[in-house]
Order: sequence, then C-alpha cells, then structure tokens
Amino acid sequence: MLNIVTAEHISAIKDLLGPELVNDQAINEDYSHDEMTIYGTKMPDLVVTPRCTEDVAKLLKYANDNRLAIIPRGAGTGLCGGCVAINGGILIDMTRMDKILEIDKKTMTATFEPGVILMNAIEKVSEEGFLYAPDPGEKSATIGGNVMTNAGGMRAIKYGVTRDHIKGLEIVLADGSILTIGGKIAKNSSGYDLKDLIIGSEGTLAVVTKIITKIIPKPKLMTSLLIPFNTLKEALEAVPYITNLEYVATTIEFMEKEVIEDARLYLGKDFPNKDYNAYLIVSYSGNNKAELSRMIESCAELALEKRAIDVFISDTEERQASIWDARGAFLEAIKNSTTEMDECDVVVDIDKVSDFNDFAKNVADRENIRMRSFGHAGDGNLHIYILKDDMPDDLWRNKAKAFMDALYEEASILKGQVSGEHGIGHAKKGYLRDSLDPKVIDLMKKIKIAFDPNNILNPSKVIDID
Amino acid sequence: MNIVVCVKQVPATQKVDVDPKTGVLLRNGIDTKMNPFDLVAMEAAKKIAARTGAKIHALTMGPNSAIEVLKESFALGANEGWLLSDRRFAGADVLATAYSLAYAIRAIGNVDLIICGKQTTDGDTAQVGPEMAEVLGIPHISWALELEEIDEKGLTLRQDLTTKDAIVRIDYPCLITVEKSMYQPDLPSYRLYKAGKDLKIHTLTADDLTLIDHTRIGLNGSPTQVERIFAPSSNTDTQRLEGDIDNIADKLYTILKNTKLLKEEV
Repeated sequence: MLNIVTAEHISAIKDLLGPELVNDQAINEDYSHDEMTIYGTKMPDLVVTPRCTEDVAKLLKYANDNRLAIIPRGAGTGLCGGCVAINGGILIDMTRMDKILEIDKKTMTATFEPGVILMNAIEKVSEEGFLYAPDPGEKSATIGGNVMTNAGGMRAIKYGVTRDHIKGLEIVLADGSILTIGGKIAKNSSGYDLKDLIIGSEGTLAVVTKIITKIIPKPKLMTSLLIPFNTLKEALEAVPYITNLEYVATTIEFMEKEVIEDARLYLGKDFPNKDYNAYLIVSYSGNNKAELSRMIESCAELALEKRAIDVFISDTEERQASIWDARGAFLEAIKNSTTEMDECDVVVDIDKVSDFNDFAKNVADRENIRMRSFGHAGDGNLHIYILKDDMPDDLWRNKAKAFMDALYEEASILKGQVSGEHGIGHAKKGYLRDSLDPKVIDLMKKIKIAFDPNNILNPSKVIDID
Repeated sequence: MNIVVCVKQVPATQKVDVDPKTGVLLRNGIDTKMNPFDLVAMEAAKKIAARTGAKIHALTMGPNSAIEVLKESFALGANEGWLLSDRRFAGADVLATAYSLAYAIRAIGNVDLIICGKQTTDGDTAQVGPEMAEVLGIPHISWALELEEIDEKGLTLRQDLTTKDAIVRIDYPCLITVEKSMYQPDLPSYRLYKAGKDLKIHTLTADDLTLIDHTRIGLNGSPTQVERIFAPSSNTDTQRLEGDIDNIADKLYTILKNTKLLKEEV
C-alpha cells in the first residue's frame, strides 16, 4: 500500500535534492495530463526535475523507503495516460537531463540522457552523417519516452522500432541502485535480456537515466511516392504486394482525403495532388539515383497494376516537406478539429489492415460517430480516432466505450495486439488484460514485483498488481 | 492558345562552389532540381490551360543535361519542351539570358502568355521575366499572388506590392511572374513522365534564333561583372536599451531608421 505525499516528505525531498529541483507550489497544469485528456487528468503532489542519475537514485531510494508513488514523465506527449499521476504521487520530470553525451563513430552508437528531445537527437546524429533509424511521428517527444513506450514510427517496416535500436541502458531501480544493462557491444547472448524488458515497460520497472542507441550510415537519397486510389480498400489491398517487391520500402503509410483536409486547415498549407479519395505514401532510400530509380519504377508499375490512379514522385526537399509536414500533423490536426477524441492503436497482420479498417468504419457508422484513420500500412499498425464534436458527455463516453470494445474484440479475433506503438498506460490495461493469456499476465505481474516489490514505480499502469 | 513556362535547373543544395575568377556557379556534378518558383509557374499554366485549352510549352536554357528539367515538365503537364542550348549562351548574366530567351520565344511563335517564377533560387534576381517582356515589347505583371480571372483575352491577377495588393488586368500577349505562395505545386506524375518519353524536345541554338544580335548573348554579351560572391555575414550582437518607455521607443525608432529597417514616412 502506498502512502500519500505529506509536507514532511516534501520537506525531506527538498533537503535531499535541493529545493530548486522540487516543485510543490503552483505546479503547471500540463503535468496533470498527456495528449489524451479523455483518460482523466490529475495533478501530481510534487514535481521533481533531476539533473543527474544520482538525483534520481536518491529520490527513488527515499520514495521506496517511504512507499511513495513515482511517475516518470518525458515531454508528456503520450497517448494512453502513462505519465499521469492518476492516484497522485511524485512526478519525476526527466526533461532537465537532456544532454547528448556521445556520438561514437567507432562503435556506431550514440549515448543520450533520457530528456533529449527526439528531433534534437535525430539532428545531431544526422550532422555526424548517421541515421537514428526509428522515426516516431511525435518529434517533440523525449528519447526516454520513446524507450519507455517502445515507440514505433514510420520507418518500422525497414528498420524496426525503438527496441531494435537500443543497445544499452543505465537504469535506476526502485531501491535507488544504479545498473547498466547492455552496452555498446554489437551482440549479446549473456543471460536474460533485461534491457528488452525495460524497453516498453512505461516506467513500471525502473527509471532510465542513460540510453545507448545504434546509429547507422545515413542513406544519401530518399524519394517518396504519393499513390492515389479510388478507395482506401484498394490502397490497402496493394500493400502486401508492395512489401513483396525486391526492394524494401522505408515507409508505407495510408491516409484518406478527410484527414488531409484536416491537416490543410490546421497547417494553413495545401497538400499536393489533393483531389483523390485515398493514398499510400511509399518511401525508398538509397545511395545513388540509378538504384532509387529502379525502386521507384518497380513500385510504380506494381501500384498501377493494382489499381492506383497514378503515382506522384516526391524527390526534392520542398516536395518531401509538402507531403510529410501534413502527415506529421495528422494527430494534432484531428485533435484540433473536434472537442475531444479517443484513439485506438491496434496492430494486426498487414493483410488484415483493410478488413480491420472497414470493420471500424462500420462500427462508427452504427454508433453514428465521426471517425478518422491513418497509419502504418506497411506494418499493420492503424491509428483510428473517434471524435466527440458536440456530443453530450455521457453519450460520448458510452459511444466511445462501445466503439473501443468492439474494435479490441475484433483485433483479438484477428490475432492482433492492443497497442502497436503508443503503449498501455492506464487507459488500455483492461483491454490488455482481456487480450492476453492469464498466464502471460501472471508472468508480467511477477516481473513487476521482482523489479519493484513495493509497487512505487508508475503504479496502476500497464497491469494492476492487486 | 500557347503558354510558355520558363523553367530552370537549379542546384538541389545550398552548398555550391563559385568560380573565383568569373563568379559563375560551378554546377558540374551537383544534384539539380527544377527551380521551386517555376513549379508554381507550371501550376498556374495548368490552371489556365484547363480553362482555355491552351498548349503548355516548357522552355529552358542550359547545357544538354537541362533536358532533365524538360522531362520533369512533361511529368508536370507540359505538352512541348524547348531547350535553348549552345556554348555561345554560356555564362550569360540576367540581361543576356532574358535577351536570349525572348528570341527563343519568338522562335516558338504565336505565344500568348509567358509565365515565369518570380525568381530562381540560385540567381535570386527576379529580373529575367520582366526583362524578357521588355525585349519582346509586351506588358508584364510581376509578383502575381493569385489568378482572379482567366479568360480568352487575358488575366485578372492579384499582385503583391509589398505593403499593398493590387488587382490588375492584363491582356495577352503578356508575361507574368508568380510568387511561390500562389499554389502548392503538384508532384510530377509517373504516368505523364512515362508518356513524356515519347515526346520530342525541340533544341534551339543561336543559329535558330533569327535576327538575334550575337554580341548580346553569353558571357561576352553580359554587362554584369561579378566582383565577389560571399556568404552574407551574420552576428548575434545584442544591444540593451534602457530608460523609460518613451525614451526606449525613440531610441529603437532611431536604430531601425538608421539601419534602414524602417522608412522615414512609416
């Protein structure tokens, strides 16, 4: 059982870390939620912004000794309430630990503190001629947040997700001990891989204080193909054929006219070739023009064979910006178009994306609720949003629940998973519990207790212990 | 009706070396793209052609490799491609370029409308379009922001006059230069690109341009002498103004005026 944070605790923590790192007065409202206010908002009792690993270790030891909840938070761009102190407690804001510690070309690794903003990490690695390959859409997230949710992104089809690029972590356990797991080494078969357990654990097993990532040579050229179809169904049906081509696409995204219009209104900027119902964006990267031309031609010819209306070629910085700026703004644009939204981030086999999206549309029609969808067609990860608009609160909650229940049930039937990349937080833990074998949930509980016997780390997230 | 869109191949990157003697950009071996303003010109031409049934001619001046920018024009909707290519045109400045292109337009014949991007991203002068119109003796409107009306006789345009917009009417034959914000250009079409492989590109040399004055073309026909090309300097010097608010406002006004960031009458 956890204790409530008292004035004595606050005073002790100020003494321990210095008062400048501790805020219990006029806590910014932003700390009460992530991007999804629909899942509830709650102010933490205290916000601590550590400068270094030792600060984190001292705080965790104190919290563990006093049975106080610790809620780690990066930039707060999550989508399932993972960084919200739903039962109060100490929110540990990692954004002050934002140093890029090293780009090591010999081992092809980069070492970051967890508060480094993803876009800064990408830029720094790129300046050195390398690529940090994971490409989560939310570039203002922290890299620590990416690790904690095992963020995916648009290049997963070719390069994998965050987990595939993390080589080592420095972590602080609940009792305040500091451990390094993994490292700069290229391979590792030495016992259980705790690093992979920590990645995607959403702050429930440990607090990450240092991250060693893989970096790879940056491809010199990238071209995207904007491929219009008469229907989304036709677009999605072409995807498995594109993935079977000789060249591996970096990205295969799908979108419809309506979400592009949302982005146009949000950004105040037109989308090129915008008069079609549905699109795929397929990207290829390479090191010379001849190679890239072959990739483009093989994909374009196949797409036309599979009922694409045309294939538009985005091969300059300006052209890439014209489509990718819009794609990057979809989430915010949809959010901006309504009063509140709920989202589903399921992942299914890539040949089931079309069926699943149709299913979702039918449920939305049945519930008479406005829906938007887009996502990663190449890896089966859909982002489906339902929008409240001017619906009364009670009706909205009921409809949202009915919609989500139906979708997660269907995902389960299709042998999909609850979350492709956004995580579970507290919002989706019921769906996670229902979708997994009880023995799996039981193992997860045992792992949680092994790492955090007093359940101080992000309690009530991912799984419930009690 | 015939529309000519002037297009130019420009470096795809900002990192381009300059010949220290002539001040000419060293373009060999660097990646190129169509000047981003010309993409907007092409888009404007498509809108006008959709209304009037006009034929779109893409015209460029450059070495043989500039054929690529014409092939791209086909993929963007051009019907004909014209390459003005001759060693005698090499090293042309703004005036010699405008002069040569004007004669190429005469060689194409029966041109009703010429559309240029406002400027290129490598030269940045924004003068070639208007100078061509002068050579051809036709009216022009530069800095067009919007096409308000399109008809068989001419165009009504919104023109950017920096502090004000003007609605202006111009009859064919004429020349306009377009601002980047006029349209979001469409991307090149793979279908049109393939179809364009069968289209003929007309090559014009100096000998094909009747009555052209050979002393007014190329480097030798260029009065501009580039003395030095250098990256603009920048600094992060700051100056702190102190005093009461009226005093600070006066000081700020004086600084802005002296640095020509404000005009006297504003």
